[in-house]
Amino acid sequence: MNIIVCVKQVQDPEIPPSKFKIDPETKQVIPPAGVPPVISVYDERALEAACRLKDKYKAKIVAITIGTDKASEVIRHAISMGADDGYLLCDPAFESKDSFKTAYILSKAIEKIGAFDLVLCGRQAADWGAGQVGSILGEMLTVPVVSFACDIDVVDTGLRVKRVVSDGYEILEVPMPCLITVSSEVGLPRLPSGMRIMLARKKPIPVWKATDINIEHSLLEKGHEHTEIIGLVVPERKSECEIIKGTPKEAAYEIAERLVSML
Amino acid sequence: MENNHRNVLVFGEVLMGKIVPITLELLAIGRRLADDLGEELYLMLLGEGTGRLGEEAITFGADQVYFSEEKLLNQYNSDLYTHVADSFCRRVLPSVILFGHTDIGCDLAPRLNGRIGGGLSIDCMDLSIDKEKKHLIMRRPVFGGNAIATVISNRVPQMATIRPKTFQPLEKNLSRQGDVIPLEEKIDPSLIKARVVNYIKEEVEGVKLEEAEVVVSGGRGIEDKKNFTLLKELADLLGGAIGATRVACDEGWVPAHLQIGQSGKVVSPKIYIAIGLSGAMAHISGCLGSKYIVAINKDSEANIFNVAHLGFVGDWKEVLPPLIERLRELKGK
Ligand SMILES: Cc1cc2nc3c(=O)[nH]c(=O)nc-3n(C[C@H](O)[C@H](O)[C@H](O)COP(=O)(O)OP(=O)(O)OC[C@H]3O[C@@H](n4cnc5c(N)ncnc54)[C@H](O)[C@@H]3O)c2cc1C
Repeated sequence: MNIIVCVKQVQDPEIPPSKFKIDPETKQVIPPAGVPPVISVYDERALEAACRLKDKYKAKIVAITIGTDKASEVIRHAISMGADDGYLLCDPAFESKDSFKTAYILSKAIEKIGAFDLVLCGRQAADWGAGQVGSILGEMLTVPVVSFACDIDVVDTGLRVKRVVSDGYEILEVPMPCLITVSSEVGLPRLPSGMRIMLARKKPIPVWKATDINIEHSLLEKGHEHTEIIGLVVPERKSECEIIKGTPKEAAYEIAERLVSML
Repeated sequence: MENNHRNVLVFGEVLMGKIVPITLELLAIGRRLADDLGEELYLMLLGEGTGRLGEEAITFGADQVYFSEEKLLNQYNSDLYTHVADSFCRRVLPSVILFGHTDIGCDLAPRLNGRIGGGLSIDCMDLSIDKEKKHLIMRRPVFGGNAIATVISNRVPQMATIRPKTFQPLEKNLSRQGDVIPLEEKIDPSLIKARVVNYIKEEVEGVKLEEAEVVVSGGRGIEDKKNFTLLKELADLLGGAIGATRVACDEGWVPAHLQIGQSGKVVSPKIYIAIGLSGAMAHISGCLGSKYIVAINKDSEANIFNVAHLGFVGDWKEVLPPLIERLRELKGK
């Protein structure tokens, strides 16, 4: 089985909110100094889902990412988890927050990689969280799409997918090739072994520019974005928390009385 | 934006023969947008029995209700719904489409967008119209709720998903007039690629999280599954339900369905008790609607104290037992 996993490098979303800074003029987020970027959570879980398939069946996993040269780190992370190969799609023309552009670039890279059985994406990115690249990519590749998966297994007809809905799970069967977006309910991703980390460090990561994947440059030009971010603000939150002093027991009694008076 | 797309479309949802609340909420905001655009408000309803819901939808703000009584559409199927919505939109050319940020909306809106090539913003908290340019302005949380982005779409249809309870439904107005129009298109069942073969309902004992008046929520600081039984005890005493952060769900201390936050459930109880959780924005965005937030955390710098009303800085293990004991006394249990 040939599996392609699309991953993204993002600013670490786990920094304390007080360290989160933006530039409202450029509508950009200012990365906190000294905090390295990370792989987006759901993408890491998509990799985990791919690796679980590879644990069980004969599978080849290829990871791709769009980003700056630093983003090769997420490909190395993918390889350390279990991916066989990876490509970095890096070109100044790729710079964009538009989901259609992102999906288009990914679709062209996938075309170049060749035949696939399964494409996995995270359900949304941990930064801008547009939540649609996977679905748009599926439409571009003209394959069936299943969203919010938490478990994937192989059956006669293709894949059996467990997907998360608000009050339970749906089980679906979908033929391959297909695209599946992965939700965090997959569970924690594996910790790479020292040996795989070594392997990932040595692995050459090919870089593909627009011309390498036959991209029509005109489609990447400004003005082709489907959506545009015209403002960015950090919501103001003023703290008015009343802190209870005293021993834990005194606090417990105080809280108990307040709760009872409110109910 | 020069184009021939007009009118606001709400993608409606029906459950057990009734229009669900989120759809009425979308009709309310959709009505406002349509009025600001000087356009009409359409509603789409799919599945058997939807035709007779049309009149009611009109009393809640719709001008035209399109419905399909096709049996195949009784249950949500991603492939069929995407197809039906796509072919309808190509015919009717709406300028705006609104979806609930629900199981259906979160799946359908991105797929429809991929097929139709519009511009979609998910999880919107506010929508308005730029009356001069006649386009939709959408505001949505980004970076896990650390920032709010204002987004416009350069393409039509301009699409948005909106969280339940963001807007109030309109008062029912029996004098409103409108049309109820059947969709006659036959559906080809071979369009179904991904087939739902089973549905597993997560059983909840006691109060449902979304409906609970009191939610007791725990995070990494709770440390294990066993400790969560103490939180459950507290919740039971207060007639509430337990919730959790993603960390606690990931660790398997509680089922994934108890996750509260941006990528989990959104709750707005009377009282939210946050124990051993830091208050990451991605979590907070799921409970900001709570009337009263109580926080217990040993780190005085934790972000939860920026949103809580009442807090105690300390180890929850020393607070919870006397708290439970005292509540028992006060409630005479
Ligand atoms: C795209 C995205 C979506 C996300 N969606 C969600 C979501 O929907 N819901 C969600 O919850 N998270 C979500 N997260 C994760 C979120 O960013 C945080 O990682 C998570 O909420 C942190 O969980 P926590 O507070 O339990 O853990 P931590 O942040 O580690 O906090 C633990 C807290 O417990 C306190 N503590 C420890 N021991 C004790 C003790 N004995 N007594 C008192 N206090 C103690 C500590 O001081 C600390 O403040 C999302 C993240 C991303 C990137």
